[in-house]
Amino acid sequence: MTTAALGWDRTVLELKMYSREKESVVFSFLFPIMLLTLFSVIFAAQFEESVSEGGMSAGQFFLPGMLSAGVLLTSFQTMALSVATERDDGSLKRLRATPMPSTAYFLGKVGLVGITSLVQAALLLLVAELVFGVDMPTEADAWAFFVVVFVLGVFSGTVLGIACSSLSTSRSIGAVVIGPMIVLQFISGVYIAFDNVPTWLQYVASLFPLKWIAQGMRSVFFPPEMAAAEMSGAWERGLVVLVLVAWGIVGLLLCVTTFKWYKRGTT
Amino acid sequence: MTTAITIRGLAKQYGDHRAVDGLDLDIHEGEVFALLGPNGAGKTTTVEILEGFRSRDGGEVTVLGTDPQGAPRRWRNRIGIVLQTTGGLDLLTPREALASTAKVYRDPRDVDEVVSAVGLSDKADARIVGLSGGQRRRLDVGLGIVGRPELLFLDEPTTGFDPQARRDFWDLIRSLADDGTTILLTTHYLDEAEQLADRVGVIAAGRLLALDTPTALGGRQGEEATVSWEEAGERRWVRTATPTAEVARLAARSPGGEVPELTVTRPSLEDTYLTLIAPHLADDTTAAGS
Repeated sequence: MTTAALGWDRTVLELKMYSREKESVVFSFLFPIMLLTLFSVIFAAQFEESVSEGGMSAGQFFLPGMLSAGVLLTSFQTMALSVATERDDGSLKRLRATPMPSTAYFLGKVGLVGITSLVQAALLLLVAELVFGVDMPTEADAWAFFVVVFVLGVFSGTVLGIACSSLSTSRSIGAVVIGPMIVLQFISGVYIAFDNVPTWLQYVASLFPLKWIAQGMRSVFFPPEMAAAEMSGAWERGLVVLVLVAWGIVGLLLCVTTFKWYKRGTT
Repeated sequence: MTTAITIRGLAKQYGDHRAVDGLDLDIHEGEVFALLGPNGAGKTTTVEILEGFRSRDGGEVTVLGTDPQGAPRRWRNRIGIVLQTTGGLDLLTPREALASTAKVYRDPRDVDEVVSAVGLSDKADARIVGLSGGQRRRLDVGLGIVGRPELLFLDEPTTGFDPQARRDFWDLIRSLADDGTTILLTTHYLDEAEQLADRVGVIAAGRLLALDTPTALGGRQGEEATVSWEEAGERRWVRTATPTAEVARLAARSPGGEVPELTVTRPSLEDTYLTLIAPHLADDTTAAGS
């Protein structure tokens, strides 16, 4: 079989394993959808005034953040946890013992992340529009930019997740990855409005890709006048792309230079 | 006889510790070879060098005509590896795991054939997480042989098995050997080596101490036998180079020609092995890793 065919075969296998793990389905795949629903219901009253003045509803306000959280969960978290586990339990070494090209393994991971994050984003958009009546952008360039941010976000999340899988063993990788991720989500404007975050924390958040994914998503789903609430008072779409490309390259280099097929101490 | 594995002057060092220290060994095509040795003797290091998982510091190694260090991936079409550790794949079924592994090989075995060869027909579509230790290990062997390897590495395959599971496992290995697969087995169980291996190599401190058939290892055949029997309610024994004559003598003087509780034994492989490695144990307990 060709490497591409093996990559597809790995993708199907990865999807089977992913969908059979209830924890991953609930806490990475469904989580942003549950949160969007929850927040839209809980904060509906607080957004009543805004809606009556023709402004944003709670659903519209939280949609970009939940899309960003979804990208982070399905790419970064899934990769960091699954690769660390596979390295620890010997799955990677077993694969390495076969003639399978390593590219096929990574294609399988890319396939898994690509498909799960795409379906998740589609579900988020559907729930937002059908359940909470969020107005979707109509301009083609808004959707084009959405695709760019989504693809770059998923790519950098995937490579950074694989790189971070080497940080710890499967026993503690969950704590090592999930703790900082929650902090990052709070300071990057995923759960609370970014202009409510203290300036110095906004600068800290700006070092990481999540802030830029969220900003890119807001630029697609928020009305233009909301740009004033950003750090620079503008959407900075060019900078969003630049930062995400840079993180993607850094992540890819980290992956290539640090990836290990065996856990420490067993060669 | 062609050789499947050639090792000449193999050396591997971790810091100051010489894990493998000038090892020479030939393993023939089609034989089952058991590598024995205490923990830290250099077994795992040697095997992992042969498998292409570790680099070496010195010497020459050829596995199926190829140097495993930097061997192309297609070389792995011809070898099968059953690792010491077993785990992962929990959420798949044996059939799914075998089918996906089969696809990466050039000329794989039929998945259903492998499923039944390793005795997992009843469990083929059950989640791997629910398999017993013995079933899980047989799946590992299935994954190791699904690519139709010429050479199979088995690293401590039956650790933690119950006696019946070990017997079943041995039958499986014998049937592979009968098909002509060369097998390199590392094990701590001397009876396993005795049951399966055509030849046995004992290593300690990174060197080969003895190399022979299991029955002849360490001059076992030439050793004196122990004849033991019961007489006047007491256990009696005598060591002799001529046990047959001894038994005849005993029979002649026993009432009815039957010697009560008669046994004739030679040193077991385990006795021979422990004698061989005894001088090296003091060094090895301080050795790091294996």
